[in-house]
Amino acid sequence: MYTKDGETYFIVDSHIALWDGRPENQRNVHGKQFIDCFYDYHRNLSPESEVWSYEEYLYQGGERLMRDVFADGMVDHAIFQPARLAEFYHRGFGQTEEAAALAAAHPDKLTYNHYWDPRDGENGLDALRAAAERFGLKGVKLYTADWHGESRGWKLTDPMAYRYFEACRELGIRNIHIHKGPTIRPLDRDAFDVADVDHAATDFTDLTFVVEHCGLPRLEDFCWIATQEPNVHAGLAVAIPFIHTRPRYFAQIMGELLYWVGEDRIMFASDYALWTPQWLVKRFVDFQIPEDMTEYAPITTAQKKKVLGLNAARLYDIPVPAHLRLPDAGEPATGPREPAAADLASV
Amino acid sequence: MPMTAVLPELATSVLGSDVRAALGSVVDPELDEPITDLGFVRSISIDGDRVEVHLRLPTSFCAPNFAYLMASDALDAVRAVPGVATAVVELDDHHDSDLINRGLAAAAGYRGTFGHEAEDSLDELRATFHRKAHTAAMERAVTALLRSDRSLGEDDVHRLVLADLPAGTPTTESLLRRRAAVGLPLDGSAPVLVDAHGGRPDPATAAFFLRKARSVRISIDGNAHFCRGLLRTRYPGAEHDQVVRADDETAVRPLLPLLTTAKGIPS
Repeated sequence: MYTKDGETYFIVDSHIALWDGRPENQRNVHGKQFIDCFYDYHRNLSPESEVWSYEEYLYQGGERLMRDVFADGMVDHAIFQPARLAEFYHRGFGQTEEAAALAAAHPDKLTYNHYWDPRDGENGLDALRAAAERFGLKGVKLYTADWHGESRGWKLTDPMAYRYFEACRELGIRNIHIHKGPTIRPLDRDAFDVADVDHAATDFTDLTFVVEHCGLPRLEDFCWIATQEPNVHAGLAVAIPFIHTRPRYFAQIMGELLYWVGEDRIMFASDYALWTPQWLVKRFVDFQIPEDMTEYAPITTAQKKKVLGLNAARLYDIPVPAHLRLPDAGEPATGPREPAAADLASV
Repeated sequence: MPMTAVLPELATSVLGSDVRAALGSVVDPELDEPITDLGFVRSISIDGDRVEVHLRLPTSFCAPNFAYLMASDALDAVRAVPGVATAVVELDDHHDSDLINRGLAAAAGYRGTFGHEAEDSLDELRATFHRKAHTAAMERAVTALLRSDRSLGEDDVHRLVLADLPAGTPTTESLLRRRAAVGLPLDGSAPVLVDAHGGRPDPATAAFFLRKARSVRISIDGNAHFCRGLLRTRYPGAEHDQVVRADDETAVRPLLPLLTTAKGIPS
């Protein structure tokens, strides 16, 4: 919970990780390249006061996570979105056992999402069923650019992926988070290409597809697809730290997202431990579209409350105190959700 | 030394400025900027008629197909410089550096370099980004016009022709270059608001068409900032090799509204 100027914000961090990038877990040079790349994102986009040492960055552990996200971070609930990266790390990048144990110890604060990969075939389907039962899964994180043996990527439209979506439907796993953005990219299968989301969202209308990193750097393709599918949402991980380094660019991202995707379908995420939530939440609450950028409407307090927590709480049935709830905006199911949010008459 | 021995040596000595100029013709397809402006050229070394160029990218995981495309374009550009007998281009610090550098050295081509992973040729990739670059340039040119002439409104956007754009400005010049690259007409009577195939929106959807173009432009600009910043983080000092973009926030000019009403947007 965060209170500023008499307004209280219920905070859900919809994308966090408990990773292990330490050298002893690195399987090969790519394990080092991957965590180094993350560290460069961190150094490049963080305010100077929030930059960690490289050693701190490699691994945080549960105790530090609880402090950074909840005690210091003001977050009410956070959702693990693990990346497997088994080709880069001996025990994977996201630490399943440690994260799941932490979530089990703090069920009011943490939700553990797991992953699946259609290239695991029938065995993977069995593993998904077991994971659903063990963790009580409400969501999964899919990384279509992950390497797997000789393969460097897959698509949501692969026939085997549809078997997994059918399993998700049957197991009550409603929230499908898809990594579309940096860091690793398949070769021909453009990791940023969101066209496969369009097909899967059309064929599985009872599942919710959250495009993480809102498809950056293909914001336009993502927005276009999201306007056509009522069940496609935007995750702000990686986009939101631009609030510090490139506030005018961030204003344009928010302006575009509100226009195309609408205030009920955008979710805050720190992408911890890439960045920590505290400064991002504070900066977002204080953020406004620059006055001279009159092509976008100002962001309202209600919109900020929805983005910072209420939208994710709805998808995950996270209880929100009654006085902090807000009604849906009643936006159209398809088409630009808030046509008045952009290109306004000058005032 | 007799003159006859000196002349051939002079004729074969390669100028660094020629090599740099040649590399300036190589564009990052996604960012639509020369690799020389982005700071992607790490070093150029010249030894007689042998030229070796090293390239660097913002992360180890920058898209391998784009990385290959830039490296092979760089190799072609350097080979075409007068006097170059041997050209070597190497990509440093990339997860596919070994593969790409071997492929370039062996002239293996894209499919020969990546083997089973290379399903498509790079032509379509290049064409896609030429189209996006045109879309972004069109949006920049129209937006600049709307901001400079407040009498224009959304009803005017559809009928704009090239002659309506201010001649010689960076946004107009850039649009003309991008139009040439995708084969669109360059005469003054040609409509401005077109897709890369020359298709025009209905008058009623012109504003919406421009809005879509704007989201393309924002994507490209944002990516350019991110990549430039990451290169500076990864290679301290790289900022000295980068040319500042016109839309950099440190050099930003006040903006005016794009359009004056919100009509014309289909439901």
